This record gives sequence, structure tokens and C-alpha cells, in this order.
Amino acid sequence: MTKENQGILWEVFVQTKPGLPHKHCGSVHAPDKEMAIQNARDVYTRRSEGTSIWVVPAEAITASSPEDMGSFFEPANDKVYRHPTFYHVPEGVKYL
Amino acid sequence: METIKLQEIFDAKIEKGDTIEPKDWMPENYRKTLIRQISQHAHSEIVGMLPEGNWITRAPSLRRKMVLLAKVQDEGGHGLYLYSAAETMGISRDEMIDQLHSGKAKYSSIFNYPTLSWADIGAIGWLVDGAAIMNQVMLQRTSYGPYARAMVRICKEESFHQRQGYEIMTVLAKGTPEQKELAQDALNRFWWPSLMMLGPTDKESPNTEQSVKWKIKRETNDEVRQKFVDRTVPQADILGLKIPDKDLKWNEAKNGYDFGEANWEEFFNVVKGNGPCNKERLSARVKAHENGAWVREAAAAYAARESKRGNNGN
Repeated sequence: MTKENQGILWEVFVQTKPGLPHKHCGSVHAPDKEMAIQNARDVYTRRSEGTSIWVVPAEAITASSPEDMGSFFEPANDKVYRHPTFYHVPEGVKYL
Repeated sequence: METIKLQEIFDAKIEKGDTIEPKDWMPENYRKTLIRQISQHAHSEIVGMLPEGNWITRAPSLRRKMVLLAKVQDEGGHGLYLYSAAETMGISRDEMIDQLHSGKAKYSSIFNYPTLSWADIGAIGWLVDGAAIMNQVMLQRTSYGPYARAMVRICKEESFHQRQGYEIMTVLAKGTPEQKELAQDALNRFWWPSLMMLGPTDKESPNTEQSVKWKIKRETNDEVRQKFVDRTVPQADILGLKIPDKDLKWNEAKNGYDFGEANWEEFFNVVKGNGPCNKERLSARVKAHENGAWVREAAAAYAARESKRGNNGN
């Protein structure tokens, strides 16, 4: 097999409009950050889908692991009082 | 966790219609099937640039040339989305490219047919992209998350591909008798290969059943083919062109067209590597890759130097 020379893997995040969060949209290969951002522009924003791009080396991302999904997110499950609908307010009260 | 338990979680997700994500446990064959399918899909996008690239310099107007360039560039992009999706399953980009170049990995049989006239560019957009879209629309709901997401992007972009092809056909079909003849000739040559590119019949497709069970495929090859015929025949009628199938006729009972049997011997022969352009396509790919080696090496060397100097390129 030929030597690995596709550069490292970068995850691409695109902001579609000013003010919106950057959203993951895919990945590109590139040897450095400048080429990564240019490749990301060519691959993911050919139809003006973006106003801003972030590229992050894939190996720099730490992710939660799917096997632990249940127990990991469990602490939030029984805390319905974190939602506004948990609270009773008298009828007719406005701006609450 | 033990395998049996993991298998149960996987099965439950498939059953429920949840997507499988890269870090999830999956059966080895699910992974293998998808690596094969996604990488072949990626290769098809990349090799698919060649028959159309053949006409960029000879496009009949600046408008057509710009459009064709944009389309071919899109195909390159689609290849990249798909390679990325396949990589999430643990195969490297270089490995996939090696498999394509060594002939171990296949790509769509359709790209082994030549583009002899400008009308072929119309026929490819209309029929080949049309058939691909039928398949890809279904794959937007495939069970592997990264593949499904790549398909959503691809489908959004593909719709212009099909329309520009049909526009080329419309202009030719409404043009001089010679132009109309070119359009008919392109339809004649691309009709059957377009039906065959949707894959062998369900009887001859041993992987389909398992793929449907795993929700990799949501419809069988024959189902997609029927849909394609039903949608395309009226489009040919509007062009005033004739589909080259004497068995084609409307079947009221099934609310669809009956159509003839493709030449499957030809299909398997092309898949095996004996189509009109297999050698040419593969050697063009290998040559492009080899000729680009110095660019990749230079970029890697530059990145290495910059990071040594502390200009932290990555």
C-alpha cells in the first residue's frame, strides 16, 4: 500500500447565517489548517451555504461514548423542574 | 459488554429506525457491506467525472460549459463526502484509492460506456443522474448515519444535474432533424445501461435481502428500477423520443409500465472489467493520482516544515 499522504482528518463546522451556531457538516483531509479551510470551502459551501467555517483536527475532538449513553445522560432525566412547564401559575398571568 | 447484548442493542436500533453511528457497536458484516457499498459509491462519483469531463472543452456554448464544469466539480465533491462517510467505518482514504486502482473495488458499470456525442451529456444528466437520484433518495433513509447525511447533501445538489441534462435533450429534440437524431441515438445507447446501473434483478442479487433487513437499502433493485421507468417514460414522450424497448407498455393493473429484460450478460461482463471503457477509465484515474503525487508530497513537506518552525499548521 502507498504511504498515507492524504494529510490529517479535519472536522468541518459551518455557520449558515450570521448569528447562528456553527454546525458539523462533514470532514476533509488536508496537510495543514489553511488548506483544510480552503478544502472545506470548496467541498461544503459551493452554493453559498456558509458565512463562516471552523475546521478542527478530528483527533482533537473528545466524544461521549455510545455505550454509556444511558447512564451518562441519566442525571437529567428526573429533573423535570428544569423545564418551565413544571410550574403551575394562575390563569390570566401574563409575561411569565 | 458481551456480543449478544450488543447485537440486541443494534437490532433494536435498526428495528426502531434509529441511525447507527460510527462509534456504535455493529456486526462485522454490516460494517463490511457498508464499506464496500459506500466506497464503491464514492469511486463511482469520481470515475463518473471522466465521461463528462470528456466534453468540457467541446461544450457548445459558454453557458453549457460553465454548467458542465459545475456539475463535474459537484461529482468530485460527492466522492469526497462519501469517502469521508466510509472512513468513519475504519478504512483509510489511501486504502480505498488503492482498491480502486488495483481493480479490487468496483464502481458503477455505467461509466464504462463512452460519451460519443454532445447529446450523451444530455442523456447522462437525464437518465444516469435520474437513475442515481432514485437510488440516492432511498439512501437518505439508510440506517448508517454518516452515509444517510452524505446522501441528503448529494440529493440536494443532484437535482440540478438531472434538469440540466433534460434541458440539453429538450433543445436537441426540438432542434434540426440531425439534432433530434443525436438525441434519439444517445437515448438508445444509454437507456439499457441506465436500467442496469440500478443493479442486478432481485433474484440475482444475493446481498439485497440482508441489506433490506439492516435497512441499508429501503427498496430492492427491481422496485427502484420500476419507479425509474414509470417516471422516465412520460419524460421521453414529452421530448418526442422513443424508448428503445419493444416490450414497453402501460399496465393498468399494476399502475406502472411493463418493460423488457435488459441484457444482463452485458452487465456482468462490464462489471467484470470488459466494458468498452473500463481500461481507459481506470488508467485515467491512476495517471491523475500518480501525476498529483508531487503536489501531495509538497503539501505534506510544507506542513511538516511549518510545524517544526512553530507555525503550528495543525
